[in-house]
Amino acid sequence: MATSVLSLCGLSKSFAGHRVVDDFSLEIGQAEFVTLLGPSGCGKTTLLRLIAGFEHPDSGRILLDGVDLLPLPPEKRQVNTVFQSYALFPHLRVFDNVAFGLRLRRMRGEELRRQVAEALALVQMSPFADRFPGQLSGGQQQRVAVARAIINRPRVLLLDEPLSALDARLRREMQVELKRLQRELGIAFVLVTHDQEEALSMSDRLVVMAEGRIAQLGTPREVYEEPNSLAVARFIGEINLFPGRVAERLADGRLLLALGDQEMTVAGKSGLAPGQAVQLLLRPEDLRLVERHEEGMPVFHGAIVERSYRGSTLDTIILLDEGRQLRACEFFDEDDPDFDYRVGERVRVSWVRGWEVVLADEE
Amino acid sequence: MKGVCRLGFFLGIFAYLYLPIVILVANSFNANRYGLQWDGFTLQWFLAMAGNASLMEAARHSLFVAVCAATAATLIGALAAIGFSRYRFPGRRLFQGTLMTLMMAPDIILAISLLVLFVVVGISLGFWSLLLAHITFCLPFTVVTVSARLQDFDPFLLDAARDLGASELQILGRIVLPLLRPALLASWLLCFTLSLDDVIVSSFVTGPSYDVLPLKIFSMVKVGVKPEVNALATIMVGLSLVLVLLSQLLLKEREGYGPLR
Amino acid sequence: MKSSGRTERLVTVLVSLWLVLFGVVPLLLLVATSFFAQDPIDFFRLAPSLESYRQLLDPGYLQVMRRSVQFAALTTLLCLLIGYPFAWYTSRLSRPARVLVLVLLMIPFWTNSLVRTYAIRMVLGSQGLLNQALLALGIIDSPLRLLYTDTAVVLGLFYLMLPFMILPLYACLEKLDYRLVEAARDLGAGFLQTLLRIVWPLSLPGVYAGCIMVFVPTMGLFYVATLLGGARQLLVGNLIQQQFLNARNWPLGSATSVVLILMMALMLTGYWLVLRRLAGRRRQ
Repeated sequence: MATSVLSLCGLSKSFAGHRVVDDFSLEIGQAEFVTLLGPSGCGKTTLLRLIAGFEHPDSGRILLDGVDLLPLPPEKRQVNTVFQSYALFPHLRVFDNVAFGLRLRRMRGEELRRQVAEALALVQMSPFADRFPGQLSGGQQQRVAVARAIINRPRVLLLDEPLSALDARLRREMQVELKRLQRELGIAFVLVTHDQEEALSMSDRLVVMAEGRIAQLGTPREVYEEPNSLAVARFIGEINLFPGRVAERLADGRLLLALGDQEMTVAGKSGLAPGQAVQLLLRPEDLRLVERHEEGMPVFHGAIVERSYRGSTLDTIILLDEGRQLRACEFFDEDDPDFDYRVGERVRVSWVRGWEVVLADEE
Repeated sequence: MKGVCRLGFFLGIFAYLYLPIVILVANSFNANRYGLQWDGFTLQWFLAMAGNASLMEAARHSLFVAVCAATAATLIGALAAIGFSRYRFPGRRLFQGTLMTLMMAPDIILAISLLVLFVVVGISLGFWSLLLAHITFCLPFTVVTVSARLQDFDPFLLDAARDLGASELQILGRIVLPLLRPALLASWLLCFTLSLDDVIVSSFVTGPSYDVLPLKIFSMVKVGVKPEVNALATIMVGLSLVLVLLSQLLLKEREGYGPLR
Repeated sequence: MKSSGRTERLVTVLVSLWLVLFGVVPLLLLVATSFFAQDPIDFFRLAPSLESYRQLLDPGYLQVMRRSVQFAALTTLLCLLIGYPFAWYTSRLSRPARVLVLVLLMIPFWTNSLVRTYAIRMVLGSQGLLNQALLALGIIDSPLRLLYTDTAVVLGLFYLMLPFMILPLYACLEKLDYRLVEAARDLGAGFLQTLLRIVWPLSLPGVYAGCIMVFVPTMGLFYVATLLGGARQLLVGNLIQQQFLNARNWPLGSATSVVLILMMALMLTGYWLVLRRLAGRRRQ
């Protein structure tokens, strides 16, 4: 990325001998929305605290606009944080919380009032300027925390699980809000979350972290549709796995796979050699419950063990005759709005050629 | 029925706690010297009290020591609490253990151990020995009060302040001290009361040159009823009433902020 | 936190020094004194001696110790019997009522304890309010001798120590999840069973804390014994005061207080063990 604003180069950090962040490198572009996604303990919050300056890395560099950040204490870094707990100062009113950063820079009077009013308007909290944090709801506190963090015009805004304390409806609302804010401010946002839906819907780029390292880096679509490992696939979305083996590499470079006693050909992929065990990965929405399957595609026989109506989709659990369970998720379409299954009904499961992801079986 | 029982229970306990005090206060206005019956309203005992020079001197001494001890203990205790909440060091648990022991130990143990110390070190018994002793037995209370308050803080508040550009000094002045203010005032009031209330420690560590109120009262009432003491006691009851209400107001103020987290 | 590290270290060191100087060193000196020889002029002589501990075993001395423990135990029991329902009822009150009850409890607590002891004396005196009331009601014909009795001392000790029992109990009971009580009732437990099987076991830390706060300090309250019990040696506190301020026998006074310290240590250890057991249980 040519206009990288924040560069993380080979960052490592250990606590009590345990490596929490391990040789981590990442470039973050101007006005980019990057999400760090991972299970708790994967090092994502530590990474954020390294950038903010609350922790010091054991090795590696952090550059902001090409300037080394490491010698600077947190208060001197042009980076601000929205804390998970919001960390609003309980003894200060909303206005004074937001004005805190400006007052430290000795701003007074009309200019201060104007900027605070602007920030509050940006997060739609103008009517609440005289309240104490304790008198606000969770969503309102969240907005104040954002206003307080952006008033110093940081180059990068760090958000540490900012939505985790909100209920589902409010969370979705704030996701849209944050996205809008990021577009309006035009600065880079680095969001830490363990909520994959949040990560998929908000980010320009997504960093899936595992054990302090990048497991996969890409756009949400890339990560969801082409996960590069079973761990990433498992972490993001639901999956169905079909175990198999590479039977041979065909002349045109494609691979012939053996799935039990069935065979199919898939596009060639580096790193896969004949004889190697693989897993075919299919999302529930990729599976088709069919009467007639495509020529050359495998088909699996089983029976419906559970169906649940979800409004726009019909979700089913299928017990295959060979003993494994699959999850399928089918959209209602206009041709047949009433399609449904009985529990116990026999079905055949297949998918559209090319929708499968072939991964080496690491386990 | 259950409600009546409960109310009766509360009333009984409070009657037991308050009746002696009420009688004491009433008698301080009673013209009958021995409080045997109501002989009419008088302020003569208050005048007698004000005229008792040695009693007044003891009262002045007590107030002075209480103010000094409360101020010093609050200051030291607050610094200690802030230091200990943010700075990990070996012996931290030992420190906490010592504090708890100081707080739980019977006054008389503290009193004689300090007496031994003062005599061994050669500090003459009087104002300074008294003050040092009072600061010492107040200290655990201030550390505990302030620490409890500090633990209520969202630890990220300080990070947030730094993140927004505050230096250590600015964090102390703008965040920590304002948030601690109710706790500081409350612990000052508590120390002031503890110091005024103390009989046991004072009776060991002060000397004849520096008589304080509890000792003066003790020696006066050992033998019988003294109406001047009634008058003085009434004033002290009034004082503690004011102090309790004040500290309650301080707690109220804290609630005004809403939950801290 | 690097920039402030030095200041914090300095403060920490200074306060630790204060605590060592005025908390730990005096205690060690006290214990040391108890092992020195007695000397009526210089308080003690710098010669090792177990004489004081031998004197502790003197029957007269032991007698006072035993009575002192009895007084303290009786006071603790009385405080617990009255304080427990008080704390329980209070914890179940509405918030404003709770604040009111606690403030009403704190006002006497913040009032000078000597003044309060003196007030009790006025009530109990032969011409005091209690006797006058009993006479007026015709319950008795002649004034009872209430003052300078053991009963008066226990009533006085109870009066002074009650808040020390109630506050830890209240702190513990207030945190108790009332849904546990409801669950017990729902499962068929009566009032007594709920109390014995649910509330009491869960409040044990508060009970122990309250008992420690009452039991040992009670034995030191010499002025209560003097004002309400007369010029007799009733409490360990009186013994210590006597040895230090009148008899100038510091080693004996120190040895007496070492006994008190040991009792305290014993109780604190018990308390700590209980807490640890409860914590361990919670972890499982």
